[in-house]
Amino acid sequence: MPHDGHDDHSELSPIALRVKALESLLVEKGYVDPAALDVLIDTYETRIGPRNGAKVVAKAWTDPAYAKWLKDDATQAIASLGFTGRQGEHMVALFNTPEIHNMVVCTLCSCYPWPVLGLPPVWYKSPPYRSRAVSDPRGVLKEFGVTLPEKTKISVWDSTAEIRYLVVPLRPANTENLSEEELAGLVNRDSMIGTRLAGRTA
Amino acid sequence: MNGPQDMGGMTGFGPIALEANEPLFHAPWERRALAISLAMGGTRQWNIDMSRHAREKIPPAQYWSLSYYEIWMEGLQRLMAERGLLDGAAKKLPVLAAANVAPALAKGSPYIRATDAKPLFKIGDRVKVRDLHPEGHTRLPGYLRGKTGEVILYHKAHVFPDSNSQGAGENPQHLYAVRFKARDVFGAKNDDDLQADLFEPYLEPA
Repeated sequence: MPHDGHDDHSELSPIALRVKALESLLVEKGYVDPAALDVLIDTYETRIGPRNGAKVVAKAWTDPAYAKWLKDDATQAIASLGFTGRQGEHMVALFNTPEIHNMVVCTLCSCYPWPVLGLPPVWYKSPPYRSRAVSDPRGVLKEFGVTLPEKTKISVWDSTAEIRYLVVPLRPANTENLSEEELAGLVNRDSMIGTRLAGRTA
Repeated sequence: MNGPQDMGGMTGFGPIALEANEPLFHAPWERRALAISLAMGGTRQWNIDMSRHAREKIPPAQYWSLSYYEIWMEGLQRLMAERGLLDGAAKKLPVLAAANVAPALAKGSPYIRATDAKPLFKIGDRVKVRDLHPEGHTRLPGYLRGKTGEVILYHKAHVFPDSNSQGAGENPQHLYAVRFKARDVFGAKNDDDLQADLFEPYLEPA
């Protein structure tokens, strides 16, 4: 808004102004509790994120009984670590193997397992990924720097209902001596979507 | 509806815009947009299927030019306008209080429902996706119409978005993960496969 140089809102873009106006209206009408807005933001900025999912994966890598539970009833196995609720009400875990690599998308909107991965990254919600993850998964993976052997089958999961999918990536080689916590440090967010591999360089 | 959201298999959107060390929010207003969207969900004036449908009704050229939080804001304003919540006197709505945020998020909204109807399909069955073109909201992606696959998971009965989005009740329907061969859907030249979660009314025996 270059002509409003002396206005308080001079540095705000049209969308920022619009959201500010909408928030003011909602507060004025009593539809939202301003303190609740701060708690919501704090929750997703500091409490709920991909470190949660990394704990699930590292536990599955080190504890065969937990891995079996995760395979049989991911919702309960994940809840046992304290990760439950909104956008993760019904969970399924997809275990990568040398033969099968799983990759998750939501072509219709932006469905994503919030309790274990937090808020989705922009690319996950954007047309290039949503359109091509189903039709050209190998080309998509290449953009992430991942090339899998031809004989590894790629299995894409389109989250079209309220089931949320968590990929359990392959455990990197030569990690036998690492603790569960150290292993969790090797689990990057994208490896749990299936667009990267777990490991030190990711 | 055959709207702008149904983009599986489309081409021409360009490369995936990856960012090193991407921030959680790209501008301060995105934080506020997330928070007011979630807080307004707490007023229970609409359900998740209605909010998805509100976003899908944005005209395609506009939808594809907006960022995701801009789509959310456009959808939120449409939901509020349809219910007369933007103009006129304030209505008395349930409000999500700060103290209830953590319990509400931890509880979420489970979608599994009981039904007396027996599931028509079982794991291993071959199914064909019906050629449906509803005018309202649906969770059947267009690229699967007419395709044949195999039921690989049974998720029990869930709230049916096609009904719930119209305010026509939850109308629980059995939900299945169906596996398709990528060569049958997109002409892939390998053995890759593709799964989607599909409600029973979208399917017929193959």
